[in-house]
Amino acid sequence: MSVTKEELRHIASLSRLKLTDEELDALNIEAVIEFARELSEVDTGDESPTNHISDIHNVFREDEVKPSFDRDDILKNAPAKARGCVLVPKVVE
Amino acid sequence: MKLYEKTIHELSSMLRAGEITSVELTQSVLDRIDEIDGKVGGYITVVAESAMEQAKAADAKIASGEEVADLCGIPASVKDNICTKGIATTCASKMLENFVPPYDAFVSDRIKQAGGVIIGKTNMDEFAMGASNETSYFKLARNPYDLNKIPGGSSGGSAAVVAADEAIFALGSDTGGSIRQPASFCSIVGLKPTYGLVSRYGLVAFASSLDQIGPMTKDVTDCAIVLNAIAGHDSMDSTSANIKLPDYKKALVSDVKGLKIGVPTEYLGDGISEDVKKAILAAVKKYEEMGATVEYFNLPMTDYAVSAYYIISSAEASSNLARFDGIKYGHRAASFEDLNDLYAASRSEGFGSEVKRRIMLGTYVLSSGYYDAYYKKAQQVRTLIKNSFDRAFEKYDVILSPTTTETAFDIGGKIEDPVQMYLNDIYTVSVNIAGLPAIVVPGGFDKGGMPIGVQLIGKPFDESTLIRSAYTFEQNTDFSKIRPNL
Repeated sequence: MSVTKEELRHIASLSRLKLTDEELDALNIEAVIEFARELSEVDTGDESPTNHISDIHNVFREDEVKPSFDRDDILKNAPAKARGCVLVPKVVE
Repeated sequence: MKLYEKTIHELSSMLRAGEITSVELTQSVLDRIDEIDGKVGGYITVVAESAMEQAKAADAKIASGEEVADLCGIPASVKDNICTKGIATTCASKMLENFVPPYDAFVSDRIKQAGGVIIGKTNMDEFAMGASNETSYFKLARNPYDLNKIPGGSSGGSAAVVAADEAIFALGSDTGGSIRQPASFCSIVGLKPTYGLVSRYGLVAFASSLDQIGPMTKDVTDCAIVLNAIAGHDSMDSTSANIKLPDYKKALVSDVKGLKIGVPTEYLGDGISEDVKKAILAAVKKYEEMGATVEYFNLPMTDYAVSAYYIISSAEASSNLARFDGIKYGHRAASFEDLNDLYAASRSEGFGSEVKRRIMLGTYVLSSGYYDAYYKKAQQVRTLIKNSFDRAFEKYDVILSPTTTETAFDIGGKIEDPVQMYLNDIYTVSVNIAGLPAIVVPGGFDKGGMPIGVQLIGKPFDESTLIRSAYTFEQNTDFSKIRPNL
């Protein structure tokens, strides 16, 4: 079962990437997915999945009021800004 | 011997004895960068002015007679995915070309607190995705031992500048081998610490459950010094381990008598080059001569580690890199139709091919219908890989292995074939999957004079045993004395 171009276009859309057919061909995602599929050979039974290696759970801290970043410092990296805010295109009609 | 050729421990003594100043030392490294970085391509940004200011401050501190840390007055080169306040941190990506962090990463702060002098930001594969430094948006980095070859990746710039003596030491990051593989290719020492030993706060996230920052140095003594400076608990990283730390310099003992070493037979099987295998077997013999016992053993799941790694790391990357949307920071496309188009256009322009490939793979394995077959499966394999290391460490103190199947390859040699490039990581990815520490030390050269590194893998938080083992090998061999001819 190999992945179709249609599926890849859907994945690109989920990834918020615009990829032309030529770019999709060049990325050769099919080969990488095919390679990843070799894991299906492994008998994992009902082995529990490991998503994290450390034994640390639920790290809490005191809810203290502390100074945060200066707004102007943060905004220095914003690609578009106005009146102390990040500028975005209109999102509601 | 020029100042820039020396190690941290040599320079630190000279600084404290008043034989040299940090200003002289920093200038010496800056001059060296001017002289050869055009050839090596190891730096993305060099900050001469602020470095000289920090050097002056370090000199004043030393002159005042107060107790100073080992890194006081020592120039530091930092991989460009580690945030440095007021200094561009690009991840070698067009996406972050103009990003100047308003804060320091934990490790950058630690270096500054110690009086270290941040001199520049090193070249890397874009967002640390790559094994050759060829995915950098800005430029190639080259191997100081042969400028037609890659220095390795993703911390290729960090390894190249240390090997080329245009840095005293560097920091790298390692998600699947990104400190160790370039260290091996450039004949330097590289340590990937246990997951949780060094805070990831301020490291631009690639795969959060695998990433670690670590030292890349000229020798093992310097490795211990840098690890002392950057290890430790940080409340800003919820995966940071809150444990009592040893002084890693105390592990600089040249003695491995009674040390039990295991060598996984799977790591010397198909695909390894003759020269690398020879060097590793010679290292085994050396350890036996030095009094260690060596046994060969089977490490199951080795064959599946690379695919499990690429599924897990790409899944985490696709999620982590969702933050780059052209809104608050990073590249924003000049023209777009609506908000969704702004996201897609900015991301498509800002990311290079390898990053797009990983995001696509990660999104695919996390998408409905494929999650169980790929992502969950890979996490189950992760459990099996971890179990096989746990079993090995019931018998052995240290696992010895090659770092890579072959030495540094030609620029352009593998970039067209992603699977071949990924397979390059076969001996390094399992360490990240299992969260273990591993160190690479110079272990020889191939027929063409390209370096070969020996990898030593340790138990969780047992960096001291790794440092002692690597130090003993270094003290009893001459490989690190052979420097590149630039």
